[in-house]
Amino acid sequence: MSENANHLSCAAFQAQLPQLIASGASIAEHPHLRGCDNCRALLADLETIAEAARQLFPVEEPPDALWQQIESAIENEEAVSGPQQRN
Amino acid sequence: MPYSTPATEPPRHAPSSPPGDQAAAKTPVPLNHVAPDGSAANIQAEILARAQAGDNQAFAQLYSVHKRRIYSLCLRMVGSVAEAEDLTQEAFLQFHRKIATFRGESALSTWLHRLAINVVLMHLRKKGLQLISLDEVMEPAPDQRPGRSFGAPDLALSGAIDRLALQRAIDDLPAGYRLIFVLHDIEGYEHNEIATLLDCSIGNSKSQLHKARLKLRDALRLHPQQEGRR
Repeated sequence: MSENANHLSCAAFQAQLPQLIASGASIAEHPHLRGCDNCRALLADLETIAEAARQLFPVEEPPDALWQQIESAIENEEAVSGPQQRN
Repeated sequence: MPYSTPATEPPRHAPSSPPGDQAAAKTPVPLNHVAPDGSAANIQAEILARAQAGDNQAFAQLYSVHKRRIYSLCLRMVGSVAEAEDLTQEAFLQFHRKIATFRGESALSTWLHRLAINVVLMHLRKKGLQLISLDEVMEPAPDQRPGRSFGAPDLALSGAIDRLALQRAIDDLPAGYRLIFVLHDIEGYEHNEIATLLDCSIGNSKSQLHKARLKLRDALRLHPQQEGRR
């Protein structure tokens, strides 16, 4: 980490943020964050969003009619080319 | 040859249940059934083998096991129910055509998941979304870009994020942002995997993900309590 990291502008810090976050390193103690409420709040928000997204895993149910369409399409394909030769 | 459909199924399990654990009704042996000797994996392998041999009844069982995850993946990636249905259909048709080529180097669910992602990517390319140069082509119009966070103090998002609001904000992301956000933050892909899938640089993937999160932050801060639209 640079000696002058605490003197980074918000723009410069935020430009580095994608790489810092993706690195997996703890950036909570980054010198810039010690003196910048704005970027600290930004980081907290991004972490909150990422965590919420990980928990956001709704399993949606496709309509029953979808299987009928797939089945029909398979039958059409097999009518044209015959049952697929497998194994 | 006609074969019976898995049109009716047992009630959904708890939301946290892995979709692959759910069984189809009208199946001789529920796929999540664990035999006394713990042979659930063997049962699934047997069904797969039958499907690979051309048994469409067995294929119907595989559809019942994997349909929710594949449909949900498509829905999150494209944000449209109609498109998600079409893409799910195409994914399973390709699955049916290619099932004999599955050799078990990875889990079937992983293999099918990647197949579905490729179907979605192909669809997006046909729609004109170029994925070769993410920064240049996938960059949203200026009014869609996430706001920077300079100057005026920002308030951290307070408390838990409303699931509906987050889901809506994800749906509203520009296609390129949504694609990478879904793959990384929801589906759990690493940047190097995304870069391979999308034929872009790892740096692009990181940058687009960051911009997607910023965009979500903007949306959640602007409309934190808005009711769902669906």
